[in-house]
Amino acid sequence: MTMIQSAALVLGQAFLILAVSPFVVGLIRKVKARLQCRRGANVLQPYSDLAKLFKKGAVISSTTSWIFTATPYILFAFTLAASLLVPTFLSRVPLSFAGDVITVVSLLTVGTFFLMLAGMDAGSPFGGMGSSREAIVFSLTEPAMMLSIFAVGLTAGSTNVSTIVHNTALLQGIVTDPPPHLMALAALFIVTLAETGRVPVDNPATHLELTMIHEAMVLEYSGRYLALVEWAAAMKLLLMLTLLSNIFAPWGIAIQPDPASLAIGLGVWVAKVSALALLVGLIESMFAKLRLFRVTDLLGVAFILSLLALVFFYILRGRP
Amino acid sequence: MFDPAVIVPPALISLVTAHVAGALAPVVWPWSDRVKNWLTHGAAVAACTAGVLIGIGGLLASDPLAFSLPSTIPLLHIQLRLDPLSAFFVLIISVSGVAVSIYALGYVREFYGRHSISALGALYHGFLLSMILVVTADDGFFFLIVWEIMSLVSYLLVVTEHEKAETRYAGFFYLVMTHVGTAFIVMTYLVFYQQTGSFTFDSFRHPGEPLPDGFRTVAFVAALIGFGAKAGIVPLHVWLPYAHPAAPSHISALMSGVMIKTAIYGLIRVYFDFLGGAFPWWWGFAVLAVGAVSALLGVMYALMEHDLKSLLAYHSVENIGIILLGIGAGMIFQSYGLSHLAALGLLAALYHTMNHAMFKGLLFMGAGSLLYATHTRNMEEYGGLIRTMPWTAFFFLVGAISISALPPTNGFVSEWLTFQSLFLSFMLPDPLMKIVIPIGAAMLALTGALAVACFAKAFGISFLAMPRSPHAKHAKEVPMPMRIGMGALAAVCVALGLAPMVVIPMIDRVTSPFTGTRLAQSAVSESGWTLTPMGGEFASISTPVLMLLLTVTILVVLLGVVLIAGTLKRRFHKTWGCGITLQPRMEYTATGFAQPIRQVFSTIYRPTVKVEKEMLEESRYFAKRMRFEVHIEPTFQRYLYDPVVRAFNLLANRLRVVQAGSLHLYLAYIFLTLIALLLWVG
Repeated sequence: MTMIQSAALVLGQAFLILAVSPFVVGLIRKVKARLQCRRGANVLQPYSDLAKLFKKGAVISSTTSWIFTATPYILFAFTLAASLLVPTFLSRVPLSFAGDVITVVSLLTVGTFFLMLAGMDAGSPFGGMGSSREAIVFSLTEPAMMLSIFAVGLTAGSTNVSTIVHNTALLQGIVTDPPPHLMALAALFIVTLAETGRVPVDNPATHLELTMIHEAMVLEYSGRYLALVEWAAAMKLLLMLTLLSNIFAPWGIAIQPDPASLAIGLGVWVAKVSALALLVGLIESMFAKLRLFRVTDLLGVAFILSLLALVFFYILRGRP
Repeated sequence: MFDPAVIVPPALISLVTAHVAGALAPVVWPWSDRVKNWLTHGAAVAACTAGVLIGIGGLLASDPLAFSLPSTIPLLHIQLRLDPLSAFFVLIISVSGVAVSIYALGYVREFYGRHSISALGALYHGFLLSMILVVTADDGFFFLIVWEIMSLVSYLLVVTEHEKAETRYAGFFYLVMTHVGTAFIVMTYLVFYQQTGSFTFDSFRHPGEPLPDGFRTVAFVAALIGFGAKAGIVPLHVWLPYAHPAAPSHISALMSGVMIKTAIYGLIRVYFDFLGGAFPWWWGFAVLAVGAVSALLGVMYALMEHDLKSLLAYHSVENIGIILLGIGAGMIFQSYGLSHLAALGLLAALYHTMNHAMFKGLLFMGAGSLLYATHTRNMEEYGGLIRTMPWTAFFFLVGAISISALPPTNGFVSEWLTFQSLFLSFMLPDPLMKIVIPIGAAMLALTGALAVACFAKAFGISFLAMPRSPHAKHAKEVPMPMRIGMGALAAVCVALGLAPMVVIPMIDRVTSPFTGTRLAQSAVSESGWTLTPMGGEFASISTPVLMLLLTVTILVVLLGVVLIAGTLKRRFHKTWGCGITLQPRMEYTATGFAQPIRQVFSTIYRPTVKVEKEMLEESRYFAKRMRFEVHIEPTFQRYLYDPVVRAFNLLANRLRVVQAGSLHLYLAYIFLTLIALLLWVG
């Protein structure tokens, strides 16, 4: 790939992530509405919400510091940067050399770290409560996320997400070690629900103080700050769904950057992500939100599953 | 040209001269405290700058440089040897030393008129010099002497504020623990001595005939306990959260950042240098297990701590654990002959050693600044300090991000390397190792996540929201020298994160004599911007590119938002408090923040909660006063230390029988001993 091609691919991916992420949020809302026998808002409603929020002024708590105003930008930029390290429609991402799966997870963690700080910055007990709950949820999901991707990565002989996807795709979907893969898949799916603040871990539609986690942390945000935070959350959702689909089912992804496979890859990516979004919507409708201290049991299961996946991989690899 | 052989000797002489002059000058002349402070800490800055030169010189030198002084004491050889490993630790001590000495110029003002600045200064110099000598000593006997000086001087520094009972207790606890450690180190060296008949490190390195396996094992275990007590491995860590907070903050920065690293130096010296490369597999496994447990328990106890300095002390336990994970992985790989991977594990450990010295020094100085400004170490009395102390807040944030191993800082790079060396264990032939090492990696991952949560708590509760006490409300930013000291280490933290391609070849010079392989060629890509420990296909990161990417994205987002949406209309308003004015008492506390974690991990913490309610007489539903107390169980003290102390006291009581206080009896003892000895000799 030449420099110009690489640059075009990076920019193209950034644009796609930015453009597609609100759609996924809209899709999940639509699915939930239909399952509740409502008509629901248009799938494109999140775009209008963002546009409106960007135009509005912002009310800022006089108790806050620069951390509060800088956080949305940091969160947005770090989430976007993390998604540039993950393959979407093309298996080889130009920036892949700059960071592997640990980097992707850590970049997302920076966003969470600042969000936890911002939650405490306004001095309202709601924000503190959100940050405190996020701390425990995130402490259990982050390792599970890292370990589950690693378990797959070791089969593919790499910890770079791009190489994992590329090598798995070249196997044409032949899963070599089913037990670790299935465990890792289950772990990463639970992680996805937790990291993106979905039922049964958190409820994105609530503003009830007893139940909210993510919404409590961002309660004080308004105007364009809120827009950036919400958009970043949508990007994170898209990133997690992309990871799930491309690591465990990279079929159809473009191996070479020629126009035909790129077009197919793009179509397949949107289709896979939408399918996962439907599944998330279905789960949100079927399950009730768990009590906070039941959530940790679920996350503990994810952590143990990912660890087992890793251990299984090592044992299976040990066979002559 | 920078010729080490020309630079190092004069630098060493100036280092010793500056330390001696800096220690003595304030003692001999009755200047004012202010002048004494500038003299003594100015000399310390000069001495540490010379130390930086020695460190760089030693790393660049092609052969180890040696210095010796004549000595008439039998067995004692006053010998110094500057090989890359020693030079690396000299560099760490000196870089931290420069920053901390500048910081001390401001911090010591706190003690004007209350404590002797001369004594504080003299001990400070003794402490710095003894650490340099510990890592360069080339003789077991000499090592033990300077090690003991280091321990005693640091004890005296810990009890600077000896008017407080808790400080005296902390000091005593430290003194006991460090001597238990020293006893085991003596044992290690005696094992070598009985085989070689000499205490020089050179004879340890090349014993006439190799040590029998049993002796090697004794040396291994004794070194792990001895140096582990100084480093603060679980369960020998209990003194850290007492001693480090009790010391003046610039001393805690050195103790926690640098002094405990001398134990890491000792471990590497004994295991890789003296005991050679061929270990039984379980040695590495034992180090790895100790590391994993220390890392996880360290961060867990840190989460429950609300004394900022104790919290940081527990994080030292955590980070020592992470360093030992790297060393342990390196030892395991070494015992299976995978020298390339062994070099990677050792590299990760040394990189983390250096990083931890920098960010822990920075964080302790930050905590010291808060103590200086508010006169309390209790986080629950901080709050809102980011507005009154913006510089301290910013530097503390840099330290917090580094210690949480978030990209693109130095902590991230070294933890990444540690992860890589752990995950590469699938190359090992032994199935047991294959299962155990991933569990270590999982514990490291959990540790990393909990550390992020802990520093979100530490920073958020201390610096954000409204001041929680009058102390915090009236806090002022600290003096300039303190800000410079913190700023210097913050800059080093960022630089070490962005320039791993400079650091890795440097550490490679340290590890290659022990592992026999060089990593520098393969671990850094040809362009020099990417780290590829096992070749680019397996894993790579590039912190400079990440930094560039992040900078560009932030700028684009900032600019893009303004371009698309125009300038922002902002209104400032009080935080909505559901109709009542928000009071600092309504804010989330550190205890409250950590509550979910306390509950989830209650099997480890075993918390005891006590609630006292005083009800109104008219109704039993309205409380007049409430008192809430929560304690976590000090497991190690209760189940490990208390029984030992009780047994010791019991034994002492029994032995008191022989000590009847009668002079005649004592003379009889001497006589009997003499006869026994004569019989034995005859």
